[in-house]
Amino acid sequence: MKHLLSAGELSRDDAVSVLDAAQEFSHVANRSVPKLPALRGVTMVNLFFEDSTRTRLSFEAAAKRLSADVMTFQVQGSSVSKGESLKDTAQTVEAMGADIIVMRHFSSGAAHRLAHSGWVESAIINAGDGTHEHPTQALLDAATIREKVVGPARGSDLAGLHVAIVGDIAHSRVARSNVLLLNTLGARVTVVGPPELLPSGVEGWPVTISSDLDSVIDENPNAIMMLRIQKERIKGDFQPASGDYVRNYSLTKDRANRLADDAIVMHPGPMNRGVEIASEVADSPRSVILDQVRNGVAVRMAVLFQVWGREK
Amino acid sequence: MTTIIITGASLMGGVQADLAMSDGVFVDPSEAAGSKNARVIDASGLVALPGFVDLHTHLRQPGGEQAETVRSGSRAAALGGYTAVHAMANTVPVADTAELVTQVWQWGRDAGYVDVRPVGAVTKGLAGEELAPLGSMARSLPKVSVFSDDGKCVHDSGLMTRALGQARSLDAVIAQHAQDPRLTEGAQMNEGPLAASLGLAGWPGVAEESIIARDVLLAESVGARIHICHLSTAGSLEVVKWAKTRGIAVTAEVTPHHLLLTEDLVSSYDPLYKVNPPLRRMEDVLALREGVASGVIDIVATDHAPHPSEVKDCSFPEGAFGMLGLESAFAVVMTTLVEPGLVTLDTVARIMSTTPAEIGRVSGYDTPLTVGQPAHLTVVDPAGLPEQPHGSLSSNNPYRDQQLVGRVVHTFYSGVQTVNDSQLVELGEKAV
Repeated sequence: MKHLLSAGELSRDDAVSVLDAAQEFSHVANRSVPKLPALRGVTMVNLFFEDSTRTRLSFEAAAKRLSADVMTFQVQGSSVSKGESLKDTAQTVEAMGADIIVMRHFSSGAAHRLAHSGWVESAIINAGDGTHEHPTQALLDAATIREKVVGPARGSDLAGLHVAIVGDIAHSRVARSNVLLLNTLGARVTVVGPPELLPSGVEGWPVTISSDLDSVIDENPNAIMMLRIQKERIKGDFQPASGDYVRNYSLTKDRANRLADDAIVMHPGPMNRGVEIASEVADSPRSVILDQVRNGVAVRMAVLFQVWGREK
Repeated sequence: MTTIIITGASLMGGVQADLAMSDGVFVDPSEAAGSKNARVIDASGLVALPGFVDLHTHLRQPGGEQAETVRSGSRAAALGGYTAVHAMANTVPVADTAELVTQVWQWGRDAGYVDVRPVGAVTKGLAGEELAPLGSMARSLPKVSVFSDDGKCVHDSGLMTRALGQARSLDAVIAQHAQDPRLTEGAQMNEGPLAASLGLAGWPGVAEESIIARDVLLAESVGARIHICHLSTAGSLEVVKWAKTRGIAVTAEVTPHHLLLTEDLVSSYDPLYKVNPPLRRMEDVLALREGVASGVIDIVATDHAPHPSEVKDCSFPEGAFGMLGLESAFAVVMTTLVEPGLVTLDTVARIMSTTPAEIGRVSGYDTPLTVGQPAHLTVVDPAGLPEQPHGSLSSNNPYRDQQLVGRVVHTFYSGVQTVNDSQLVELGEKAV
């Protein structure tokens, strides 16, 4: 692949091969010198038009383990706040030697636009675009589900599993990418949230739609993924009353106890403890939240290797 | 002024007859034939239509001269076969005074390519809070008879009622940009499954339909005319149809882009396809075409909205709303309405000239192509391929990848040829 813009552009075999490669790369972290020479001489630029710490650091760690050079362009205090456009900024970082641009942008479709505009020739990896997608998050989530639920079998997908995604579906790029990738990998997906946080048009998605978390928990999903309420993206008074939200959609201790013994609890972070997830649940043995972070580095190594290392 | 004789054209797609013009008006061709300095243009195989009248154009001057000026927009209009355009009020500053509308009108006269009819703002600064001086604008030199806050909706029912009352007393019309602002906060594209998967905020059809429903009822209670700008959904069509059945004095326009393009183009995330109201589904496009054929929709108006490249060379949500229209409107009408057999060329004359002139109270268009009337004439080749747009200063042309048929060959504005063989005639700064 030249770019990674959407989880939807990956075939089952593409996705499984990323997960397999990630599984191999995950062992690099345990070496005395945790580095491979695969991307030596390649420059990866983290081009972040929106705040993010974990995704940026995860890509940085992945690139460094593959011996790539890393530059970071963060908006605060940069020329973007002076009105420089996506086009000019991207062309500027490419002129500084970027081969791969990892971009987070506040606009849906920004990565697609950059990849198809002819403005730059770099490989583009979408690290989150507005309320659209976050494909490497979906890949690391799939890697974690495979590791924890399916077992360490190379080449396997997620066929037959049931994953519930709970919370602010409308504004979640994590949900969109997961819905696409989990379907590709054969899992069944239920999205759960209050009606005002399910996007209009969600009925066209390949998912089951619910506003009743308790009945979804009773279906014994293999994994339950809790999302953050994205206050910054919700306009005006469409915000659900928070007491009402916690009562109906928070993964409390009681709800978590009703899950099957081997069901896992996931969260893409950052968490609002006590809002969408109780602290006890986040810290419980069934929580795989830190495994997601660990897998994030390995999956991003696999993606960087695929967009660059395989071709060159 | 020279006499011009057009020979062999089919008049509005019907009989073949010669046309002649002299001193700005149509004259009897048999008498003109005797004139010594008559210029003869062979129009065999072509069709003569009355000059087009656009009820909805953005000429951007003052304030947006990098996108368009009254002169460049007038030239684009002429290339599209237009002889009159209504320049929307959302300039910087807003056209909300008699002085400003007179200035825009004067710039149009200086350019000389078309009759530039300024549209006055309904509310001061388009702010939606206080009525603009409609009476002063109506009684100014350009005699403004269309008022609109286009770009924004007059959403306050009280203000809308007062505006309709004033318009009634001035024999003017309020042209409403129907968009409930609360239902469309941050909206980027048509609401629905595609918007949900693209992660772009949706613009629901009901935001348009509910305002139209309210406004036709307000117009009825006031006894005023109301014109609906850029109607975009099948649901809006039903509301207008109901209002017309009830006898309410409502007229409605559709844009060329809503007759041809669908929301699927937004999958490219290219702001070239970002427009307000947004491109809708194919079901809506087909319903709107039927709406023109059945007469529920009265006119085609371009909503020509030029933009400089920097506000389109960006991500979709950051891009500006609007697309070019003047130079492609006829070809889109041919391609979407005439070619499929929904309407005939005499209907094209009605929806692009006679009726928009009547709604805008532009005189000289009521009996097209008849002796004694102002010589506003467009000669078209229905089977010809259109030129790529080149009159506008901007290049946000959404039809660049579309197969269109229908070519504007000659345009005459008050007997002055503005377009010859699809090329602009260079008029001096003060030609008329």
